[in-house]
Amino acid sequence: MKRLFKGGRVVDPANGRDGTFDVLIDGDRIVRVGKDLPADGAHVVAVPAGFVVTPGLFDMHVHLREPGQEHKETVATGAAAAVAGGFTAVACMPNTSPINDNAGVTEYILQKAAHAGLARVYPIGAVSKESKGEQLADIAELRAAGCVGISDDGYPVKTALLMRRALEYAGMFNMPVLEHCEDPSLKGDGVAHEGYHASTLGLRGIPGIAESIMVQRDIALAEMTGAAVHVCHMSAATSLRAVREGKAYGVRVTCEVAPHHFTLTDESLATPVSYDTNMKMNPPLRSAVDRDDMLKGIVDGTVDAIATDHAPHHYDEKKREFDLAPFGIVGLETCVSICFDRLVHPGLIRLSRLVELLSTNPARILNVAAGSLSDGAIADITVLAPDMTVTVDAARFRSKSRNTPFDGWQLKGGVAATIVGGRTVYVNEHASGADILR
Amino acid sequence: MITQQVAPISKLRHKDLLGISDLTRDEILLILETAEAMREIGERPIKKVPALRGKTVVNLFFEASTRTRTSFEIAEKRLSADTLNIAAGTSSVVKGETLVDTALNLEAMAPDMIVVRHAYSGACHLLSRICRAGIINAGDGMHEHPTQALLDAFTIREHKKRIAGLKVAIIGDLLHSRVLRSNVQLLTKLGAEVWVSGPPTLMPPGIEREGVRTTTSVDEAVEGADVVMLLRVQLERMQGSFFPSLREYFTVFGMTRERLRRAKQDVIIMHPGPMNRGVEIDSEVADGPYSVILEQVANGVAVRMAVLYLLAGGAEHETAV
Repeated sequence: MKRLFKGGRVVDPANGRDGTFDVLIDGDRIVRVGKDLPADGAHVVAVPAGFVVTPGLFDMHVHLREPGQEHKETVATGAAAAVAGGFTAVACMPNTSPINDNAGVTEYILQKAAHAGLARVYPIGAVSKESKGEQLADIAELRAAGCVGISDDGYPVKTALLMRRALEYAGMFNMPVLEHCEDPSLKGDGVAHEGYHASTLGLRGIPGIAESIMVQRDIALAEMTGAAVHVCHMSAATSLRAVREGKAYGVRVTCEVAPHHFTLTDESLATPVSYDTNMKMNPPLRSAVDRDDMLKGIVDGTVDAIATDHAPHHYDEKKREFDLAPFGIVGLETCVSICFDRLVHPGLIRLSRLVELLSTNPARILNVAAGSLSDGAIADITVLAPDMTVTVDAARFRSKSRNTPFDGWQLKGGVAATIVGGRTVYVNEHASGADILR
Repeated sequence: MITQQVAPISKLRHKDLLGISDLTRDEILLILETAEAMREIGERPIKKVPALRGKTVVNLFFEASTRTRTSFEIAEKRLSADTLNIAAGTSSVVKGETLVDTALNLEAMAPDMIVVRHAYSGACHLLSRICRAGIINAGDGMHEHPTQALLDAFTIREHKKRIAGLKVAIIGDLLHSRVLRSNVQLLTKLGAEVWVSGPPTLMPPGIEREGVRTTTSVDEAVEGADVVMLLRVQLERMQGSFFPSLREYFTVFGMTRERLRRAKQDVIIMHPGPMNRGVEIDSEVADGPYSVILEQVANGVAVRMAVLYLLAGGAEHETAV
């Protein structure tokens, strides 16, 4: 079936487009994007004024918990949360149970994703067997099964030697190594950002340097090997500086920042509610200086991607002593609204830059054919509603878990509809006029 | 008796005592004044008043404690409360029950107050959000130990008749100390000049923002001090290599008679216990004439009676004391 999306604002940085264009799709492909395209037998959809058509958003860092922790999330519920958050694709980290360190697990995840039929799911394979940091996983096999990158996320790649080998080996396939940067000895048994607030509350600290010292190690190794390293969920000002310097020297280093790290600070440990376990994540919410530097990196281009580090946990697990609660929060269904409210509407970045961060760049970093509305491309499209008012209601999340620090927040900007492979898989009932996109 | 600072209020605002950080200066003064009255009860031949008759107080201790648990229990009994003690080793916790479930089960039996000691910071805050019963923090992780700071203040006032303007030096393992955090809150609210000293590896990040002076020189901290408070070196945490050895700790930071000469003539020496003799404090100092360490313990009962009375008794029992 052909559909012609007529007259909406199209923002597609990969093709340098930001203006009023028509988008013609046929089946699962984009046929053409241009001005005043003829209907030519297509079903014409007049895109409501105020909506914006962008390439499908891509969250390059999520935890779908399947196999092994289906009480937190499944591939199906995670994919449902993704499309409700405007994401047509996600990359899921390998710290499932068992770890995604072999083709069997990769295929299982892909099968579940195909069955769900919502967002595209790109598995990230483990760097090392069982992510133990000892022996490389079967990386070629993982790649053949569908993995688009490797990571021991949850932990850093244990030794500099293994990281070197991983970069060299994965570099052969032009696969990036996605690194959870954290020096285990400096992290210790910390549970919150090392600083005044954790100190006052008697919580053990994780200093920013625990992250940046590993960023520096990995940049040095990426420079040496010529391979690509990607810094996951960057949070510390010193890490940003290291990435900025690495890029200046031509090292193949990229980085992502999560919405909570450019929105919240460690002050949230104390107020409005103290010891709120939905403020516990790793890396932790950092100081205002770090938070402001993440914003600067997003503005000046040092930051390549925004990724949620969507980390669902069952409410029983979070309703515990702060020390015992697991790290992490869900992020898929709040990301777009936070980005609009905190980045675009205050005038820090333009919408085209946001699309780069949420679509073009993640696809480029993972070498996935996505992130553009090019003629002939797969028709993965997100329709945004920049001016709609969104009240975050965790009780209505598609995700199985509700562990968000943003519940009840009023934000400006949201998702109108999500189209995967030409098929509308999500329409936001609260976005007036979105029904026509069905 | 105490003329310098008098509380202009007669009750506390909250159902819980989670930390000194939640108390106003006036509330602190109210507790200290109430404790004066309570101490008199302990000097009677019949050490009992009916103030908390018919009230149930649970002492829920997830961490080892001798002083604090006993002190609370005596305080509760002197106020005629029905008390029961639950220690983690004998509770369902050993069967894997969560803190929340343990608390909800206790709560179902409708206690009036729960006194909680727990290894993790914020455990009392968690309980206060799910329990109708008032929660008294008897020490949570590295966070606060409010009744200790109150009894310390009570003891200081007894000797110095005031707190405002005193130089108080707190020396020891600052990082892991809940006693430190409560005392810093309390003493700065009451206008003391607080100095903290210890190894730089055990200095809590950002503590100067609480309005205290920091120094790694014990001599500087002790110079002209009215009060010297030693904190326990928490031997169980020393695998973190915060300093080379206990011997070296004593050499650099231990409180000896020689070091103490820099303090005021009438300095008092305090320690929340349990002491490591020959580590943070020399026995000569601990047992010496300036030591008020056992008075602190004695005052603990009166202060805890005051806290229990103000939280669980309330105005309707005022005449009963």
